[in-house]
Amino acid sequence: MSEPSAPLRVFLVDDERPARERMKEVLGDVAAELPNVVVGEAASGHEGLSLLPTLPVEVALVDIHMPQMNGMEFARHLASLERPPAIVFVTAHDQYAIEAFEVNALDYLLKPVRAARLLAALHKARATGAVGREPLARAAAAAGQGARRYLAVSERGCIHLVPIAEVVYLKAELKYVTVRTPQREFLIEESLASLEQEFGETFVRVHRACLAARARVRGFERVAAENGEGAGWAIVLEGVAERLPVSRRQWPIVKSLANG
Amino acid sequence: MTILSQNTIPDALPDFRNLGVAARILVIVNSVAFLAAVLKAQNLPQLIDEFLDIALVVEPVLIASLAILSATGPWLASRRYWIGLSLIALGVLWLTAGAQWAWTRASVDTQPLGIIRSGGFALLMTAVLAGYFHLRNRAFSPALSEARLQALQARIRPHFLFNTLNAVLSLIRKDARRAETALEDLAELYRMVMADTKNLTTLARELELTRQYLSLEQLRLGERLVVEWKVDGAPRDALVPPLLLQPLVENAVYHGIEPGLAPGTIEIAIRCEKERLQVKLTNPYHREHQHRQGNRIALSNIRERLALHFDVEATLEAGVNGADYEIRIAMPYRKAAPHSVPADRAAA
Repeated sequence: MSEPSAPLRVFLVDDERPARERMKEVLGDVAAELPNVVVGEAASGHEGLSLLPTLPVEVALVDIHMPQMNGMEFARHLASLERPPAIVFVTAHDQYAIEAFEVNALDYLLKPVRAARLLAALHKARATGAVGREPLARAAAAAGQGARRYLAVSERGCIHLVPIAEVVYLKAELKYVTVRTPQREFLIEESLASLEQEFGETFVRVHRACLAARARVRGFERVAAENGEGAGWAIVLEGVAERLPVSRRQWPIVKSLANG
Repeated sequence: MTILSQNTIPDALPDFRNLGVAARILVIVNSVAFLAAVLKAQNLPQLIDEFLDIALVVEPVLIASLAILSATGPWLASRRYWIGLSLIALGVLWLTAGAQWAWTRASVDTQPLGIIRSGGFALLMTAVLAGYFHLRNRAFSPALSEARLQALQARIRPHFLFNTLNAVLSLIRKDARRAETALEDLAELYRMVMADTKNLTTLARELELTRQYLSLEQLRLGERLVVEWKVDGAPRDALVPPLLLQPLVENAVYHGIEPGLAPGTIEIAIRCEKERLQVKLTNPYHREHQHRQGNRIALSNIRERLALHFDVEATLEAGVNGADYEIRIAMPYRKAAPHSVPADRAAA
C-alpha cells in the first residue's frame, strides 16, 4: 500500500486518556527508527468504529479492558471493513486474553509499554497486515468473552452496528448471511455455522440455512412443503410478515421451544 | 502510621462487653444447669424443682459475674492471660460462696446445694467456658491468616497496579511533581496492603488510605470518577479493622465506574449513631458487569474480619438499590487511645 519511507499511520483506542498520552510518547520515542504518525484516537470502541473507517489507518493499537465494548469485540467489528488495519492489542493484565492471543498468534503489548517491544510489534504488524476474522473469533471464545453484542455491517466504507437483540433471523445466502431486523435487511460476510456456535443461546436453527431469534417465536402455520412432498410447518416470528419454513429435521426442537 | 495492639489473637480473654460473648456464656451455663437437673430428676415436676434449686445459686452468680466482668473486662484483658483467668475463677468462686451463704441464712428448710458441689460446679463452668473461648479463638485463627492471604490476593488487582504505573509514566515528562505524589501514594497504599491486618486501626488512618487510593484512580479515570465524601460527622478515633474501606471502594471503582463511559459517583458516608459506627458506600450499578468474583471475595473477607473483631455486634449488608449498589456496615464505636490517632493528615 504505502512505500516503506512513508510514516506508519497509527490509530489509538483506550478509555484512559493518560494511557493514550503515554502511548503517543513512546510512539514518538521510536519514530527515529520507525517513522509513524498518530492519525486518530478514540476513548471507546463505539467512537473508534465511527472514526477509524474514515481514516487511512495501517495499525490500530487497541486496549482490551474498555467500558461498553471491549477491545476484542471492537477488533472483530473492524474485520468487516474492506481493508481492515492490522491490530495490536494492549493490556495491563488480562490473563485469559493473553493466553488466547498466544494460542491464536495475535500480537499484544503489556502496559506499561516498552519502546523496544512497541517497535517490534509495529514492524510485525506492518509486515503481516490485518488479522483474519477466525483467529479473532477463536481468541474471544478462548478468553471467555461470550458472544458479541452487535453484528458489524460494512456500508459505503462505514461500520454499522446491528444490536443482536434487534435481529429477527439470520439466513444464509450464497456467499453472505442476511441479517433481518424488523426495519430492514443487512448483508454480512460471516458463516452461519460460526454464528450459530456463537449465538446458540439467542437463536435456534429452523432450517439448514436459517437461524431464528428464540425470543421472537410467536407460533407456527401449516404450509405446503417446498418440494411438494405433502404439507410442512412454517414459523411465525414477531416483527416480520414473512414465514420461514421449518425443516422436518429441526421440527421437534423448534416445536418444543414454542411449548416451553 | 500507628497500628494498635489490641485484640491480639492467641490466648486472649473474650471481650466481655460484647453481646455475643455474654449471650454465649448465658446459654452455655444455663444449658449445663438444665442438663444437671435432667439427670437428677425422675419426672417433669421434679425436673422443674431441681432446676429451680440449681438456678437459685447459679443465676445470681452468673448475672453478678457477667456484670463484674463487663465492668472489669478491659482491665482483665490487659493482664496476662492466665492471671486474668485465675482472677476470674477466684471471683466466681467467691460469688458462689457468697450466694450459698446468703441462701443458707435466708432459707427456712431447704439447702439448695452443698458448698462443695456448687463451688465445684462454678469452677467447672469457668473452665469449660475458658476452654470454649480458647478453642473458638484458635478455630478462627487459621481463618484469619487465610483471610489475610485472600485479602492480599483479592485486593491488589494487577490490573490496577499496571494501569496506575502507566498513568504515572504519562505524567513524568509533563508534570514531574504530580508523578512524585502519585508514586508516594502508591508506595503508602502498598505498604498498608502488605502490613499485618490482624490489629485494629483508626478510622482516620483508613480514610487517609482510601483518599490516597482514590487520588490514584482519579489520575487515570479523570472526570469519569466523581467522589462524594460525607464524613464530617465520622469519629476519627474509632477503631476499625484495617483495609475495611479501601477494598470496598476499589470494588466500587471496578464495578461501578470503569464499566461506564459517562461519569459516575461513588458516595462514602460515615457517621456515628448511638455509639455505633455506620458506614454506607454507594456506587452506580451495572447489571452486565456483575459476573466477577472479586466483589464477593472482598465482601466475605471483610465480613469475616468484622466477625472476628466484633462478633455479632457488627453487620455488613450489600445489595442493589434502584440504579445503585449499596454496602452498609454497622459496628460498635470503640475509641482508640488518644495518642494513637494520627494528626489531621487525612483532612487534606
